[in-house]
Amino acid sequence: MNRGGSSPSAAANYLLCTNCRKVLRKDKRIRVSQPLTRGPSAFIPEKEVVQANTVDERTNFLVEEYSTSGRLDNITQVMSLHTQYLESFLRSQFYMLRMDGPLPLPHRHYIAIMAAARHQCSYLINMHVDEFLKTGGIAEWLNGLEYVPQRLKNLNEINKLLAHRPWLITKEHIQKLVKTGENNWSLPELVHAVVLLAHYHALASFVFGSGINPERDPEISNGFRLISVNNFCVCDLANDNNIENASLTGSNFGIVDSLSELEALMDRMKRLREEREDEEASQEEMTTRFEKEKKESLFVVSGDTFHSFPHSDFEDDMIITSDVSRYIEDPGFGYEDFARRGEEHLPTFRAQDYTWENHGFSLVNRLYSDIGHLLDEKFRMVYNLTYNTMATHEDVDTTTLRRALFNYVHCMFGIRYDDYDYGEVNQLLERSLKVYIKTVTCYPERTTKRMYDSYWRQFKHSEKVHVNLLLMEARMQAELLYALRAITRHLT
Amino acid sequence: AMEKMSRVTTALGGSALTGRTMHCHLDAPANAISVCRDAAQVVVAGRSIFKIYAIEDEQFVEKLNLRVGRKPSLNLSCADVVWHQMDENLLATAATNGVVVTWNLGRPSRNKQDQLFTEHKRTVNKVCFHPTEAHVLLSGSQDGFMKCFDLRRKDSVSTFSGEAPEAGRADGEVLWVCHRPPDVFPESTKKVGLEVSTPPSRPPRLGRRQACDSSPQSLQGLPPWLLSLLEPLTFSPHGPPPAGQSESVRDVQFSIRDYFTFASTFENGNVQLWDIRRPDRCERMFTAHNGPVFCCDWHPEDRGWLATGGRDKMVKVWDMTTHRAKEVHCVQTIASVARVKWRPECRHHLATCSMMVDHNIYVWDVRRPFVPAAMFEEHRDVTTGIAWRHPHDPSFLLSGSKDSTLCQHLFRDASQPVERANPEGLCYGLFGDLAFAAKESLVATESGRKPYAGDRRHPIFFKRKLDPAEPFVGLASSALSVFEIEPGSGSMSWFVDTAERYALAGRPLAELCDHNAKVARELGRNQVAQTWTMLRIIYCSPGLASATSLNHSVGKGSSCGVPLMNSFNLKDMAPGLGSETRLDRSKGDTRSDTVLLDSSATLITNEDNEETEGSDVPADYLLGDVEGEEEELYLLDPEHAHPEEPEYVLPQEAFPLRHEIVDTPPGPEHLQDKADSPHVSGSEADAASLAPVDSSFSLISIPHALYDTRLPPDFFSALVCDMLRFYAEQGDVQMAVSVLIVLGERVRKDIDEQTQEHWYASYIDLLQRFCLWNVSNQVVKLSTSRAISCLNQASTTLHVNCSHCKRPMSSRGWVCDRCHRCASMCAVCHHVVKGLFVWCQGCSHGGHLQHIMKWLEGSSHCPAGCGHLCEYS
Repeated sequence: MNRGGSSPSAAANYLLCTNCRKVLRKDKRIRVSQPLTRGPSAFIPEKEVVQANTVDERTNFLVEEYSTSGRLDNITQVMSLHTQYLESFLRSQFYMLRMDGPLPLPHRHYIAIMAAARHQCSYLINMHVDEFLKTGGIAEWLNGLEYVPQRLKNLNEINKLLAHRPWLITKEHIQKLVKTGENNWSLPELVHAVVLLAHYHALASFVFGSGINPERDPEISNGFRLISVNNFCVCDLANDNNIENASLTGSNFGIVDSLSELEALMDRMKRLREEREDEEASQEEMTTRFEKEKKESLFVVSGDTFHSFPHSDFEDDMIITSDVSRYIEDPGFGYEDFARRGEEHLPTFRAQDYTWENHGFSLVNRLYSDIGHLLDEKFRMVYNLTYNTMATHEDVDTTTLRRALFNYVHCMFGIRYDDYDYGEVNQLLERSLKVYIKTVTCYPERTTKRMYDSYWRQFKHSEKVHVNLLLMEARMQAELLYALRAITRHLT
Repeated sequence: AMEKMSRVTTALGGSALTGRTMHCHLDAPANAISVCRDAAQVVVAGRSIFKIYAIEDEQFVEKLNLRVGRKPSLNLSCADVVWHQMDENLLATAATNGVVVTWNLGRPSRNKQDQLFTEHKRTVNKVCFHPTEAHVLLSGSQDGFMKCFDLRRKDSVSTFSGEAPEAGRADGEVLWVCHRPPDVFPESTKKVGLEVSTPPSRPPRLGRRQACDSSPQSLQGLPPWLLSLLEPLTFSPHGPPPAGQSESVRDVQFSIRDYFTFASTFENGNVQLWDIRRPDRCERMFTAHNGPVFCCDWHPEDRGWLATGGRDKMVKVWDMTTHRAKEVHCVQTIASVARVKWRPECRHHLATCSMMVDHNIYVWDVRRPFVPAAMFEEHRDVTTGIAWRHPHDPSFLLSGSKDSTLCQHLFRDASQPVERANPEGLCYGLFGDLAFAAKESLVATESGRKPYAGDRRHPIFFKRKLDPAEPFVGLASSALSVFEIEPGSGSMSWFVDTAERYALAGRPLAELCDHNAKVARELGRNQVAQTWTMLRIIYCSPGLASATSLNHSVGKGSSCGVPLMNSFNLKDMAPGLGSETRLDRSKGDTRSDTVLLDSSATLITNEDNEETEGSDVPADYLLGDVEGEEEELYLLDPEHAHPEEPEYVLPQEAFPLRHEIVDTPPGPEHLQDKADSPHVSGSEADAASLAPVDSSFSLISIPHALYDTRLPPDFFSALVCDMLRFYAEQGDVQMAVSVLIVLGERVRKDIDEQTQEHWYASYIDLLQRFCLWNVSNQVVKLSTSRAISCLNQASTTLHVNCSHCKRPMSSRGWVCDRCHRCASMCAVCHHVVKGLFVWCQGCSHGGHLQHIMKWLEGSSHCPAGCGHLCEYS
C-alpha cells in the first residue's frame, strides 16, 4: 500500500523530460512491422467497427471514466460492439490497475507486461510499457526480468504455468511465493497479481483473436500515416494473407454452402433442446464424450498449425519476439494438451467441486476486496449476453451454443462439468471453429486471419467478437479457478 | 391437523439421546448429510461417497454403502441428500449431473436405487421432502427450475421457474404481493383443486392424464391438489425454455407449518415464496442478499420466520407474515454462509457453516449477532453439511466436511467465544462525553479499592438491563459508565488562558502570587485564586524579607526574542519560533481532539467543591464525583502508561554540543518523541547543523533567610506539598507545576524527584497538545528537574533545502551537493555563511549574524537593497 502510494510521487520527483521519455519509450517498446490494414482490427473491416462507434456515446463516456490511457484504444473500439460487456470489462480492468489494491501501480503494469509477454503480445506490452513509465516505474526494469527485484521475478514461474498449463499449479507453487523470507508475497498481493496475470493472458487471446491493430501513435496525429513502428501482431507476420484476405471475406463461393451450414447448426441446436431427455446417454458414455472432446482437442490444432505455419515462419517469429522474451524466462514453455498429459497423473478438475460462484469469488473477494464483485459481474455478463440472433436469424435461443463455447474452453484446460453433455460440443462446434478456439485460447499468437475467416462465414463480425469475448472470459475463469484452488489448498 | 403432524417426530420422543463428541473418518469428502427421523442414523453423501452410519454411544458404525456397482456413475455424485422425516426407508439425492434419485432402503436387493428423475438440465443443488406428505419431493437446480415430484409418478408434477417476472434482476423489495394472506390456506382441498385447475391459458392435454391413469400406481393416494396439477403447466420441461435468463436455484425448503408453501433462494440474491399449487408465479419475491443466497431454513416453531444465508457473509432472519418480508435479525459472519439450521428448542439459535476458508461451525443467538454463542472447531476443512440430530434435542449436532470426517458435536463440549471476549470498551462522544464499559467484576473491585470514591461517587451510571433469556449473562456482562461533560466546560479555554497568563518567574514571589491569583479569579477559578493568595501569605508575610525578592530566574535567552535570527539550534528559541511552531502545530493537531477530551475529563476544575465557600454549582458535584473514576482512565492512557520509566535513551545528536549540556541526562523517551522538533525537510538525517547558541538556563532561586519568629514557612511545607499532590491527583497538573516553579526551592526538596518529573512531563505534554509551545518551553526551562530541562536539548537539528533545486542539503548546510551552489550567501559580505545565518522574515535576505547586526545598526533597510525595512530585535 505504502509503496503504491509513494510511487507516483516518486515519479513526480524524478521527472523525466518529455523528450527523454520519448526516447526511452521508443527504446523499450517492441519494434514491429507496419500494420497492414486500417482501423482497429486487422480482421474486421474498419467501417464495421467505426460505424458502431460513432453512434455510441456510451462508449465514449465509459472510456473517459475508466480508460487508463484516456483514449479510445483499439481493444475498446472493437469491444464496443458489445457495450454492455464493455462496461463491466473496463470497470474491472480499471479497478485492478488503478484503484485501491495491494500492489503499487507500476508493479501492476509490469505484471501486465510479463503476462502479455508470455504470448508475445506486443500490443499489450507497448501499452503497458507506457503506463509503467507514466506511473513512475523504474525504467531499468524494462531491460528485462534480470533487472527487476527478485520478488517480481519469482512471479515468473506462476506466470508461465498460468498462461500455458494452469492445471500444473499446486499449493507448493503458492507456498514458494508466500514463504520465501524477505521476498515473499502476501496473499492479497498474490491474489492481485494472479488476477492481473489471468486478465492479461486472456486479453492477449482477445487481441490476437480479434486481430487488434497496433495503436496509431497519438503524438503524430496527421491521421493518415500510421506511425508505427511500435507494434505488430504476430498474426500479421505469420500469415501470408494480404491479398487473399479480401477474397476470403468477400467471396461468394461459400455462401450457399455456409447458409446451409447455418441452417444445419440451428437445426442441431433446436434438436438438442428438444430431444435431450429422450436419449439419455449412459454415464460411461458421458465420460467418454468428455474424454473424446478432450482428446480431440489435441489434434484439432496441431494438424492445422503445420498447414498455416511453415517452419520458417516460426523462426521469424522467434527472432522478432526476442525483444519480448526479456520479460519472461523459459520462452519455449507453451501449452501442452491437458489430454496428452494423461488422466492418471492429473485428475480432471470437477467444476462442481470448485466453482467460481461458490468458492473462487469468496476467496478473491476476501483477499482483494471488491474485485470479486467486478469479476463476478463480468463473468455473468459474458455468460448471459445474447441478442437472440444468429447471423441473419432473429429470436434464437443461443444458450446451448454459448455454453458449448464456454465449456469447450474449460474442457481444454481439463475442467469438466458433470451436468454437461460434451456430445453437444461436437454437434455444435464445427471443426474450423474448434481450430480457432483452440488457437485463440491456447496459443493466441498463432491466430491468423484465415482461421478467423474460416469459421461461421455467414455470421456477423460482432458475433465473432462475441465469440472472442466468451473465449477470453472462459480462459480467464479457468486460470483463476486453478490458481485460486491452489491458494485455497495452501490455506487449508 | 397440521399442528399435529408437525409434532409427530420420532419413536424416541421423550427419551433423551446419549452420546459423546466423536468423529469418524470417511473415505471421501462429504457434500451433505441428513439424519434419519429415528435420530440413530445419518446419511453422508458426496462426490464419491454415499453411506449410512449408525450413531452409537461411542462411535459411528458404517451400516450401509449405497454406492454400489462397479462403474461409479455420475448419478451417484451427490450434491445434496435428504432423508424423509416421515419414512425411514426413503431418501433422495441430488446429483451434480442434474439427476434426482430416490432410494428405498426397504428394497431387498443390494441396489437401493428407486427412481431416477432426469428432468433438470444442470446440477441439482437441493432436494427437499415435504414435511408431512409422504410422496412429495422438491428439487432446485442450477438451470433455474424447481420441480415438484410425486414419487409414485415418473415425471415431475409441476415446474417452477426462478426466472424473474421481468427479465433482469429484481431490485424491488416485493414484486409479487400476496394475493391472499399466506397462512390462510383453504382447508378444503377440493376448492383449491378447482381454483387451480382453471388457469385460462392452459390447453387441455387429456393424453397425459390418461397415461397417468394407466400407470401401475393408483392415483388415489395423490392429494387432490396434486391431481389438479397433473397437466404440465406453463413452464413445462417439454416446452421451449422461456426467453430471458433464469437464475440458478440454490436452495428449496418446504415450510414446516404451512402445508402449501415453500421458499427458494437464488444465485442473484433473491428469495421467492411459492404456493405449491401455483407454479405459474411466485407468491412473493424479495432481494435478501447481495450475491447468491446459498441456503435457507424455516423456523421449526415460528411460522413466519425464515433464515437465509448468503455469499455476502450474512445470515438474515425474515418475518414473512408481514405484508413485506421484514428483516428481523441479521448476523454477520466471517465467511460466506453455506448452510443454516435452526437449533431445536432454542427459539433464537441457529447453526451455520461456511463455504470457504472458515472451517468452524457456529451457533448464533440471532439477538446477539456479534459473538457466536458456541463454536465447534473439530473440522480441518470446510464443513459442508450440518444437521441437528433430533428435532427436539438441542444438544446434538452432526456435521460432515470436506476433510472427509463425520462428526457428532455435543453442545456442552462447544467452545464459547464469549469466554475469550474482552467486554471492555472506551469511547468518546462527539461532545466530550466518555463512555466506558468494563467487566462488572472489574468495576466492582476497582471502585472498592478507592478509599475516597465511596461517598463522593455519584456518576451517571447506566447498567444495561439484562434479559434473563440472553445467553451471555454472567459470562461477559459489562457495566457501562457514562461520564458527561458539563455544557461549556468541554472547552479548555481556562487551561489555555491560565497557561498563557500565569507568571512563573522574573518577579518577586509576592507579585507572582498576586498576579496568578488575579488570573485565576478572572477565570472564575476561585479555589485556585484562594490558594495563590494563601501561598503569598505563607511565604511572603510582612515579617519576611519581602525585599529580598530573590526569586529571580533569568534565562539568558529568554529575553531576546530574536525574530531575525536563524539558528540551527532551537533550544533557546522559546519565544519566537517561526517555522517550528507552525510545523509542530500540524503535528499536534492530529491529536488535539482526543487530548482536548482527555484532558477535559481529567482536568475539570473541582476545587470549588473542595472548599466550603458556597460557590458550588450543583453540576459541579457531578464533575467532582467523576474525578475519582478518572484515575483509572488516566492510567489506561498509553501516553501515561509508564510515566516513571527509569531507562532513558537519547539518540545521538547530529552536532557536537558545545558545553555542559553533555552531562544533562537525557529525557524520558516518550516525552522526547513528543518534543521532537520537526525536521523542516523531513528527510535525510544529518543535515546542516550549526553550533548551539546557548545552554538551557535553569531557574535560579535563592531561598531567603527567615528572620521572623512567627511560624516559619517550613512549618507549612508539608501542607503545601499535600496541596500540590491534591491538585495533581485531581488532574490539575497545571496548578501543581506552576506552584512548584513559583515556590522553587521552598518546596522542591519536600517532593520526590520522580513525582516532580511526572508532573512536569504531564504538564508539558498538555501544553504541547494545546500548541502552547512558548509556555511549554518556558516551563521546561524553569524546571529544575534535569530530565525535564534536557528536553530542550533534544532534536535541535534543522534540516534545510537548497534554495535552487529544492532538494535537501544532505552533507553541509551551505553547499548543495546537487547543484553545486552555495545556498546561503551573506547579503553584506557576499560570502558563504557557514555559521549562524540570520535572515529577515519579511524579505528573506540575510547573512552572517555579526554583519547583519552591524548593518542594521546603521541602516534600517535590507542590505540586499530590496528596499524592505528589516527589523532586528
